[in-house]
Amino acid sequence: MLEVDQLTTRYGAITALHGVSLRVNAGEVVALVGPNGAGKTTLLNTVAGLLRPAEGAVRFNGADITGTEPATLVRRGLALVPEHRRIFKDLTVEENLRLGGATLSASQRRHKVHEMADVFPVLRAKWSTSAGFLSGGEAQQLAVARALMCDPKLLLLDEPTLGLAPTMVDVVFDLIARLRTKGLTMLVVEQNATRALHMADRGYVLRTGHVVADGAGAELAADSRLFESFIGGSAEESGAS
Amino acid sequence: MTKLLQTLVDGLGVGSTYALLALGISLIFGVMHLVNFAHGELITVGAYTSYFFFIHGGSWWWMPVAILASAALASVFTELVAFRWVRNASPFTLLLTSFAIERLSHALWQIFISPKQRTFRKPSWVFNQFSLGSVRFEVMDLVTIGVTGVTLVITAVVFKRTLFGVAVRGAAEDFDAARLMGVKANRVISGAFAFAGLLAGVAACLILMRTPAAEPAMGADWLLKAVIAAVIGGLGSFTGAVVGGLVLGLLETFTRAYLPDVADGWDRFSTAVVFILIAAFFVVRPDGVFKVSHAERV
Repeated sequence: MLEVDQLTTRYGAITALHGVSLRVNAGEVVALVGPNGAGKTTLLNTVAGLLRPAEGAVRFNGADITGTEPATLVRRGLALVPEHRRIFKDLTVEENLRLGGATLSASQRRHKVHEMADVFPVLRAKWSTSAGFLSGGEAQQLAVARALMCDPKLLLLDEPTLGLAPTMVDVVFDLIARLRTKGLTMLVVEQNATRALHMADRGYVLRTGHVVADGAGAELAADSRLFESFIGGSAEESGAS
Repeated sequence: MTKLLQTLVDGLGVGSTYALLALGISLIFGVMHLVNFAHGELITVGAYTSYFFFIHGGSWWWMPVAILASAALASVFTELVAFRWVRNASPFTLLLTSFAIERLSHALWQIFISPKQRTFRKPSWVFNQFSLGSVRFEVMDLVTIGVTGVTLVITAVVFKRTLFGVAVRGAAEDFDAARLMGVKANRVISGAFAFAGLLAGVAACLILMRTPAAEPAMGADWLLKAVIAAVIGGLGSFTGAVVGGLVLGLLETFTRAYLPDVADGWDRFSTAVVFILIAAFFVVRPDGVFKVSHAERV
């Protein structure tokens, strides 16, 4: 479904991705792990069209989408839940969802908004509240619900559990599991590497802009040598930024 | 009491015109982080449009439509030919671009029409008076306050209820996140400029009904007041822009009416006094009445 081919992305003189290649097949959940500064967010942002790659190509369902506007990609079924969630804090929960359905017709949008209220009872309880007042877990659920409004075929999730309380981390992993049973294809960036790899079908380990390992999720998670050398201890990881 | 009420109505009249202009400035600032110093030129465009139609036998019955349309088109046009090309540049570049448009507009009117003022007809009823108890009002006071009220209600409905309005508010907070929702940058920005243009058009109608004259630099003074009003309210805040406009209007009329009359022409100091008061206010509240948190990213 998604093919990333030799992708290189630069911020001015700094190269964040050095010819990264990966693929996500239809129906798969793929985890992308690695230490801070590895280029995970850069990769997702480049795929979603927020950044323009210097070299390489991105293909989605066979079509070349390299450097395509995010607004166009959403219409084709590729949605990103960005790092730090980036929900609209000044808008109400309902308005956030409506905006998530910006590409739909008015009646489809209304229908979808109601559907999200059923799927996410937490959000229904805060319907007319400014999203700025939501807790971290609620905000993350809103961010996912907002991205689901446009009925994506491929969902990119960037650090969905970052900064959440442990119980909320469970809620988010449950949510991802639920979406998977519905057949949604996902590419997930996670700082919670072990757990993400165990959940995923396949995984990629990214380090300083290079793919340094890939394989079945559980195998990567079990490879302790890999963890020491490439992912780094969790203490180092949280201290790095 | 009579003087107080009359000053209040005067202040609300002037203030609501400021509010309409400040709202447009705040709206554009929200989506582009641009303080549009060319915004006042939309009044000038409306004025010359009226002048043009009046020398060809126009009437006030449909003139507001022409003024609104011309202001909205001019607003969208400036975005299309100028601001779009510097959209991702620094705020200072955007600011300079708006200065350039403002000066260009002055020069073009001077060259192609005349540096001198052109006057036309005001509606016959504008200065008709009516009394409520002991207080005498002008019809125009009522029209100004009524039209502004209706315009603000329509604006509130557009920004709360329509997808366009929600998209503009979302884009003002986080443009990239809005793009990820499928919002098209060009469309939402053009739309914001069109809406700001319509609001300036309403303000232009109210101004021109009172003072039916067109002059190349007539927008400058209104612009300054509108920018100050928008900043008083907190740039980017729509409620703030309205509050800022009304506060500025009231402050002006009240200082003019109540400043001690120690010498002839003393009331000429009123604007300076207002500006000093506002400066003092900013010492206390540097972010304006309504602080817009995401505006800090500028």
